[in-house]
Amino acid sequence: MEYADSLYSAAMRMTRNSADAEDLLQETFLRGFRGYERFEAGTNLRAWLFRILTNTYINRYRAKQRRPDESDLADVEDFFLYRRLGGLEAAQRGRSAEDELMDLFTDTQVTDALEGLPDIFRVPVLLADVEGFSYKEIAEMLDIPIGTVMSRLHRGRKALQKSLHTFAVERRLADPTPQASTADPVTP
Amino acid sequence: MAEDCTEILEQLYIYVDNEMPDEARQHVETHLRACVACLEAFDFEAQVKTLIARRGRERCPDEVRERLTATVRTYLVDQPPTE
Repeated sequence: MEYADSLYSAAMRMTRNSADAEDLLQETFLRGFRGYERFEAGTNLRAWLFRILTNTYINRYRAKQRRPDESDLADVEDFFLYRRLGGLEAAQRGRSAEDELMDLFTDTQVTDALEGLPDIFRVPVLLADVEGFSYKEIAEMLDIPIGTVMSRLHRGRKALQKSLHTFAVERRLADPTPQASTADPVTP
Repeated sequence: MAEDCTEILEQLYIYVDNEMPDEARQHVETHLRACVACLEAFDFEAQVKTLIARRGRERCPDEVRERLTATVRTYLVDQPPTE
């Protein structure tokens, strides 16, 4: 039960509801026990459990959905959120940018933004940004090349930033358009 | 803006994800010490990552944890380890 919290979190973000998350977790633990002799001592137990969780999710739940498609995700420009919120930091001097971002978004908004991503982007973003796994570990869990992990992370993160920005605009915390910033690194 | 900002910014995520070999990392850091614009962009993306990590997780509720423990216990009683 050592990793119950992080496995439960990930299962919630994957299935988007507590009943399915619990089912997924039950199956993950049972598969883990059944396959325990195949676990190599000295390797990463947490990564191994996440591999089982991810594969169980993909096999059980993704099969029910229509075929996920890369084109489900609109193309978003690079530095989407930075170009729109980066200037806030200067506007409220004396507070760190980290506090600023933490205050700007609630848990629900972040989880909604994550859960709004299509599967093929959501799972790598969850594994990298919430759980802190390396590109190599994610590539092994999902059985895809490292380059694919990187490109899905890149696109998934941009889409995530776009929905976070939508929340900020709805609460009138941000302008709908990019700010003209002197510190804009992407304007040639 | 320094000439190699574009090249540095292309490596932003690899850097922020801590996936960069030492030598390349030093190259990026040398640039960041000299370029406030890139530093701010890197800093911002690192903070978005922290935001997702902190706000994207939750605790496993106690009742779920109890049910999981019970399931595993039942499994172990039905199928004790072979050793």
